[in-house]
Amino acid sequence: MKRQIALLGLMGRGGALSKIHELIRELPVSRVMTTALLTLPPDATMMQLKELLREHHISGVPVVGGGRLVGVVSIEDLIHALEVQRLDAPIREFMTSEGLVTAHAQEPVMEALRRFEQMGIGRMPVLDARQKLVGIITRGDITLALLRALQELYTEAETIQDRPQHFFDALESENTSLQLRYRIEKGDFALGGDASGKIKRALLRIGASPQLARRVAIATYEAEMNLIIHSDDGGLVLADIQPTTITVVAQDSGPGIADVELAKQPGYSTATPEVREMGFGAGMGLTNIERCTDKMSIWSAVGVGTRLQMTFLVSPEESGEGDEETGQGA
Amino acid sequence: MNVGEIVEHLGLQVLTGTDHLDGEVSGGYVADLLSCVMAGAEAGDLWITLQTHANIVAVASLLNVAAIVVAESAPVPESTLTKAAEQGVVILSSSQPVYETVSRLAALGV
Repeated sequence: MKRQIALLGLMGRGGALSKIHELIRELPVSRVMTTALLTLPPDATMMQLKELLREHHISGVPVVGGGRLVGVVSIEDLIHALEVQRLDAPIREFMTSEGLVTAHAQEPVMEALRRFEQMGIGRMPVLDARQKLVGIITRGDITLALLRALQELYTEAETIQDRPQHFFDALESENTSLQLRYRIEKGDFALGGDASGKIKRALLRIGASPQLARRVAIATYEAEMNLIIHSDDGGLVLADIQPTTITVVAQDSGPGIADVELAKQPGYSTATPEVREMGFGAGMGLTNIERCTDKMSIWSAVGVGTRLQMTFLVSPEESGEGDEETGQGA
Repeated sequence: MNVGEIVEHLGLQVLTGTDHLDGEVSGGYVADLLSCVMAGAEAGDLWITLQTHANIVAVASLLNVAAIVVAESAPVPESTLTKAAEQGVVILSSSQPVYETVSRLAALGV
């Protein structure tokens, strides 16, 4: 109950209720049903049914003959067979085949729930549009699915609350800047993308829009991989994050680029065949960086090193300004 | 359509990310060159590839793709699976070659 109130607090009463409404009315049976399906043919014996129910701890199964659903046989039918000592009889003789109640894969679970109540039954075979048996659904399946969906709503609501609505909203000063620094090792492909991933998460955490975080992440990833692939002994990635500008610098101390203009040409690469085999060295790194940045500058000298500076200007849309939707219910 | 539904329709094997199969799939992207993927794949895409080394996880996670689909049942190293599990990246395996995998996805409307 406490958590329910918390959810309402986070999403606003209307928000939470309409989400729950939406869930119950729109969640299709296909998302809830069990698809790992156990069935029996009509000429299997009641003894085989007994074994199947016991082995899988279930209380009934659909009966499928000639590729079609022909009935449902349950533990009640088994008890009936036991009473008349007919465990050797085919299940065809004990199953329910007239007036079978079924659910449809695409109907909302709300409809299925209503039928469960009206008919007082425990399970329904689920048919698709071509009347083919695709699953089975129980009341328990629905309860579980709704609980799981509610749990997701909570998590979503909590994430919304944890994340500031506007870039840098959480930090206030006259001159705010966040500096992040990462050492990149030469040849460490396993950790490739680690620094860019951390920068991306940091940006999202302080309220950057996904678009801004994405373009910074893509450009930084390319710069990071360049250090791993091409530098003599690794290098540094330094990010300076300010409310209106983000600057990321990747620098190393060799070998240096002989012809920077040539290196910028799409498709030009000096990567080794081994590295190319891993999918690097397409010669698109600097092109990608240029596309994602507002300004890119490269300084390089052979035998000295390379310094790549990437500048990203935070546009009003990217800082979350003017986005009124996100301000509600927080 | 979400990742789980595609897994079912194509009979894919879920290698990692069993808990993240409800992500909506908005499209697809095919390439083995990582820079092309960085430039072309969108968040919510399925990325179909034959690359299996650990760096594919970083690429997928940076781009927020819905899932990586490794074609032709290419063996995926343990280090890749561990990293993907840590970062909640979904890796699926298709027994079909890339062309067939993509044709079947297209037929589903992806």
